[in-house]
Amino acid sequence: MTAAMTPPTLELRRVSKAFGSVQALRDVDFEVRDGEVMALVGDNGAGKSTLIKSVAGIHPFDSGEIYFDGKRVEIHGPKDAARLGIEVVYQDLALCDNLDVVQNMYLGREVHDLFHRLKEPVMEQRTSETLRSLSVTTLKSVRQTVATLSGGQRQSVAVARAVMWNSRVVILDEPTAALGVAQTRQVLELVKRLAHEQGLAVVLISHNLHDVFEVADRITVLRLGRNVGVYERSATTQQEIVSAITAGVPTKVAGIEGTGEAAT
Amino acid sequence: MSVLGPSEVELAAAEEGGVRAAARAYLERVRAGDVGSLPVIVALALITVFFTAKTSVFFTSINFDNLIVQMAPVALIAIGVVFVLLLGEIDLSIGSVSGVGGVVVAELQQAGTGHNLGGGAAIAIAIAVGALIGALQGSFVALIGVPSFVVTLAGLLAFQGVILKALGIQGVIGIQSNTVNNVANYFLPKEWGWAIAAAVTVGLCAVTVSGFVTRHRAGLPIGNPLLAALRLAALAVIAFGAVAICNHARGVPFAGLLVIGLIGFWTYVARRTTFGRHVYAVGGNPEAARRAGINVARIRILVFMISGAMAALGGIAFAARLSSVDLTAGSGTVLLDSIAAAVIGGTSLFGGRGYVRSALLGALVIKTIENGLDLLGQTDWVKNVTTGLILLAAVTLDTLSRRRLERVGR
Repeated sequence: MTAAMTPPTLELRRVSKAFGSVQALRDVDFEVRDGEVMALVGDNGAGKSTLIKSVAGIHPFDSGEIYFDGKRVEIHGPKDAARLGIEVVYQDLALCDNLDVVQNMYLGREVHDLFHRLKEPVMEQRTSETLRSLSVTTLKSVRQTVATLSGGQRQSVAVARAVMWNSRVVILDEPTAALGVAQTRQVLELVKRLAHEQGLAVVLISHNLHDVFEVADRITVLRLGRNVGVYERSATTQQEIVSAITAGVPTKVAGIEGTGEAAT
Repeated sequence: MSVLGPSEVELAAAEEGGVRAAARAYLERVRAGDVGSLPVIVALALITVFFTAKTSVFFTSINFDNLIVQMAPVALIAIGVVFVLLLGEIDLSIGSVSGVGGVVVAELQQAGTGHNLGGGAAIAIAIAVGALIGALQGSFVALIGVPSFVVTLAGLLAFQGVILKALGIQGVIGIQSNTVNNVANYFLPKEWGWAIAAAVTVGLCAVTVSGFVTRHRAGLPIGNPLLAALRLAALAVIAFGAVAICNHARGVPFAGLLVIGLIGFWTYVARRTTFGRHVYAVGGNPEAARRAGINVARIRILVFMISGAMAALGGIAFAARLSSVDLTAGSGTVLLDSIAAAVIGGTSLFGGRGYVRSALLGALVIKTIENGLDLLGQTDWVKNVTTGLILLAAVTLDTLSRRRLERVGR
């Protein structure tokens, strides 16, 4: 990547988070830049969910620093994250089955006039535009209820909702976990477009290394709440990542090995 | 929703064009778990044909007027029930709260008690009391998380007790206020009836046309104009037909106008405002609504306030019909009729799916059966069994369409 010149869009420095006696994250560094897909991988309990939830403002970090466009920021709640342009697409998508695509896209942020009357035409137009700009073309109508959509279409709607709000950083939590082959392809294409065409900073959390290697530009590996390392996709192999995830090979972040292992 | 602008069904149809496409779109909605109003309208037509064939006194102007007045209180209460069901909650206190509404009005208008208020003020206060009760119950549900079933069951018992205490030894309060009694006993002058039918028709046409124009200007697909015209024509025929039948007897009952007006108002709130949208969202997926930044607790409390206020208004209509309240106020079949009306009308018990108009349609079904069986000289057991079976059929239909949804796999 054309790194180093500009500061990362989102950067975490030595962030830690504990739940009671469980140290979920310890001195973790993380960064993602505009126009790249940064995969975040690790075994169960590695701290991936804790990391994104803290970035989304659901539970703040205990210590460490957050930089956005090189400026120090604080994230104390979901509103702070949204103001910075950080959007999370959770694994369960958080869509309302009984509402249609437009209604879901604008859920909680409806366009309305002084009397709280909904401006449906405006919302419908912008929904269509957003979906078109992301090349999501498989929907029959934006007025279909979400209940009638396929898994891939639902994922696309959830992603489109996240990027519609001038977002800068989009975090996708296991977007392909519940999808078939064709639908997975559809969603991965969408993920690539977000970064490479729309220029967003995309964080992809996935268990599926095949998916990761298909779309990610860089890969951050976490293990037991600590950094293992950051890998350029083009300069690494699946084997190397697997051993990083499972064994925690030595990395550029010095001093992890030896001290951390005893804790488990 | 059918009242305002092109419906989703039509919009879906517009992209393919034609009535057959609209039929396909309807089937798709059924598959999405939304049965819609079609089954209940068919049922209503069958019931009407059945009783018309059975007895000559059923399809008469006088009986039609009676039916509207009998149906009105249940329809009013059921509007509140629709909102509660949309949230996926239940309100079992509506019967007792309607009784409280009747008692408050009767007490406040009573001469020689020191408060002797005018009818209008008494009605306003009674509705406010209903809303306040709803806010109290809703707070337990929304803020503490007590299941609405239990909170409102407690409300059912407690407010029944309040009615007993308020009516005391005399056990009955007569209502002298004409304003109050007119809620159920006033019939509009004939020309007023026609004027209202005309105003409703023109209003619906205006809304439909302006909806088409806005969508067209925005470059969005517009509904099939033929379908919209057909639906407007059908509604116009119903409006003028109903007025014609009523005017043959005593005229359009004010209670009927009240029901239609409130159905229109609450439909607007449910389908065209952010509040309504959030009600559907909370009913569909509370967690998604919460993450979208919707204040779920506030929505829940407001909905229980609507339920309480509409129950009180329904209770006022009951009291006005009898020109008194007694110890039976709000007991008996009021509660079950109102919930059954909303469900029979096509509002799902599982939350997030339904329409305000189902309150009217369901109340019509229940009260038409009751009215017809009365005319046939049938006893209560036949009425209860019939209503019970129809309720079972409605809930079964709802459940089946929901199960189908789960099989299709989200």
